Amino acid sequence: MTEYLLRGARPLGGEPVDVRISGGVIVALGTGLSDDGAHVVDAQDHVLLPGLVDLHTHLREPGREDAETVASGTRAAALGGFTAVHAMANTNPVADTAGVVEQVFHLGRRAGWVDVFPVGAVSIGLEGERLAELGAMADSEARVRVFSDDGKCVWDPVLMRRALEYVKAFDGVIAQHAQEPRLTEHAQMHEGVVSAQIGLAGWPAVAEEAIIARDVLLAEHVGSRLHVCHLSTAGSVEIVRWAKGRGIDVTAEVTPHHLLLTDELARGYDARFKVNPPLRTQADVEAVRAGLADGTIDIVATDHAPHPVEDKDCEWAAAAFGMTGRETALSVVQHAMVETGLLDWEGVARVLSTAPARIGRVEDRHGRPIAVGEPATLTLVDPAARRTVDPRTQATASPNTPYFDRELPGRVVATFLRGRPTVLDGAPVEQEGASA
Amino acid sequence: MEHLLSAGDLSRTDAVRILDTAAELAATQGREIKKLPTLRGRTVVNLFFEDSTRTRISFETAAKRLSADVINFAAKGSSVSKGESLKDTALTLQAMGADAVVIRHHASGAPHLLASSGWLQAAVVNAGDGTHQHPTQALLDAYTLRRHLVGPQPLGQDLAGLRVAIVGDVLHSRVARSNVDLLHTLGARVTLVAPPTLLPVGVETWPCEVSYHLDEVLAQGLDAVMMLRVQRERMSSAGGGFFPSPLEYSRRYGLDARRLAALPSHAVVLHPGPMNRGLEISATAADSSRSVIVEQVANGVAVRMAVLYLLLAGGRREDVS
Ligand SMILES: [Zn+2]
Repeated sequence: MTEYLLRGARPLGGEPVDVRISGGVIVALGTGLSDDGAHVVDAQDHVLLPGLVDLHTHLREPGREDAETVASGTRAAALGGFTAVHAMANTNPVADTAGVVEQVFHLGRRAGWVDVFPVGAVSIGLEGERLAELGAMADSEARVRVFSDDGKCVWDPVLMRRALEYVKAFDGVIAQHAQEPRLTEHAQMHEGVVSAQIGLAGWPAVAEEAIIARDVLLAEHVGSRLHVCHLSTAGSVEIVRWAKGRGIDVTAEVTPHHLLLTDELARGYDARFKVNPPLRTQADVEAVRAGLADGTIDIVATDHAPHPVEDKDCEWAAAAFGMTGRETALSVVQHAMVETGLLDWEGVARVLSTAPARIGRVEDRHGRPIAVGEPATLTLVDPAARRTVDPRTQATASPNTPYFDRELPGRVVATFLRGRPTVLDGAPVEQEGASA
Repeated sequence: MEHLLSAGDLSRTDAVRILDTAAELAATQGREIKKLPTLRGRTVVNLFFEDSTRTRISFETAAKRLSADVINFAAKGSSVSKGESLKDTALTLQAMGADAVVIRHHASGAPHLLASSGWLQAAVVNAGDGTHQHPTQALLDAYTLRRHLVGPQPLGQDLAGLRVAIVGDVLHSRVARSNVDLLHTLGARVTLVAPPTLLPVGVETWPCEVSYHLDEVLAQGLDAVMMLRVQRERMSSAGGGFFPSPLEYSRRYGLDARRLAALPSHAVVLHPGPMNRGLEISATAADSSRSVIVEQVANGVAVRMAVLYLLLAGGRREDVS
């Protein structure tokens, strides 16, 4: 295995050091290290982070390989600086058995771009009626710890309670897509001033907040662990803050798009801005940023949701929900949080690596400290770079980025997975017969 | 004016110009129907994704009286579904050389998409999209109000100072949205009257007043009252419906004989049709001398002629009269 020397990198944005990587681990840290026999990476002024972990992403395989495959999706992830992704269960077939989660796990291994950790469905077929075999998925080779019916809310309070209780046996977590279904029938966008004017059916903030409020109380009652997916409203931040203050074991995530974009973008009826939960108001954007900065919100996860052109190039009401974001997540966080002074690079490492690794129970391999003896699972970023987002040059198989034509800061220069580069000089490093 | 997508896009000058042009075109019609040669050789496509014989016939008549070739393209999709691709339809119309596309669609924003996507070059006229806009309805309502309520010389005039109540299902109404925009632009004072369940969250930012009480609004002295159609399915939808019963609705919000009598003598009654007699409007009100509902239909043709004329003939005014 090739050895690498990162010359002058700034771990977590700190003082520059040289980092030597060999045999999959960091073997030396210091200034003026010898580059003897090593491939040197010029890391001057670049920030070094633990490899990023995406706790919420959609790889679409099996079932919708026209939108994305494990191979294309994980390649995009590596280019975005990720070394691990948790793939949501709403595939076809649904990832509700040990067989399907193992299939996704193996597809991830074969592709070799990142570690793929399948998320298991909470209920059979995401139907919200009967528990899927959570234990079998936990015991499978995929070692599932995160369970979610994402795309659908576990609405039945009894089923939610049982799921929260049941996963305690193997230290699992229920990741809830909080959406009261009756309050959001036919919903198209955030319910408010803009929806009233442009005549699209509203998705009220209360539909998210009511479920989060119920779930934190359930988690408290049964003493279990709850994770709130893609929290999007100021009210949700308040509820999670209150719950944490009470000592409830809840974690929360926000997506990059909810940190930056608002419902005003729906005015042109461009369905690339259609997403679930919907883009909210500027006040909500400010509240989720503040929540992420003060730790109320634990992590940023992409909810990368690829869709082929025909699912977006149509009437808003006919279009699919979802936007891509794996290759832009770090840039959006830099733009919305770092350049606004709300978060430093240590904070970025926390919300995009350490904390998601811990929630997903993969902290033995990901989100590790940058120290000698630790796995060389790392992301090198040039924060001074700027680029204009162009879906045609992205690695994801789908073009539905909401950031088209937008200039964003930062560029992933290199990504290492256990000492092996998946990205070098900003370009993917194709693997030979990869098996990580 | 390149397209007509929303009443909110019209300036006061644009709107008055359309109303004036409609008045001039109506004058050429007189007693016997006369065809004007203005749009000879131009093609107007009526692209209707939603059934509306009334609106389609109105546009068709308007286009034919301007000597345009009219193609009716009923692309009736069951509901919002893929398969009936707006994009493919647009590309077909482009290939057919459509000069204007009049579109009615169940999805809010479909006309906007047609106009901005680059799929076709034609002028796009919104003939009603989802719960968003229906600008020619608002124009014909404004035209009707001006004829009845603004002096003997209405040309060049707006609706400054008029008090208009719009009553009914505002939440689902593109007519209400269009009228609030246009009547406000023309200087009228608009009050929306509806049960709170039939008003959208966010209505407080609209340029109008809002009331839950029809009798209080009537007591303020109105120049016109516009009754919106209340679809019967609103009583049986999710959550047990938007109001308890038809009877309770008409008791609180219906225009019955008593309320009709409470209007000042000059005030007029409008309804975009089709009416639910006995629900939002009583037969007495619908058929009274105050009612200008039948006249709205005729005015619709004149206003739509004006819109097509201004969009396609670029307002070369020597063509008229
Ligand atoms: Zn979700």
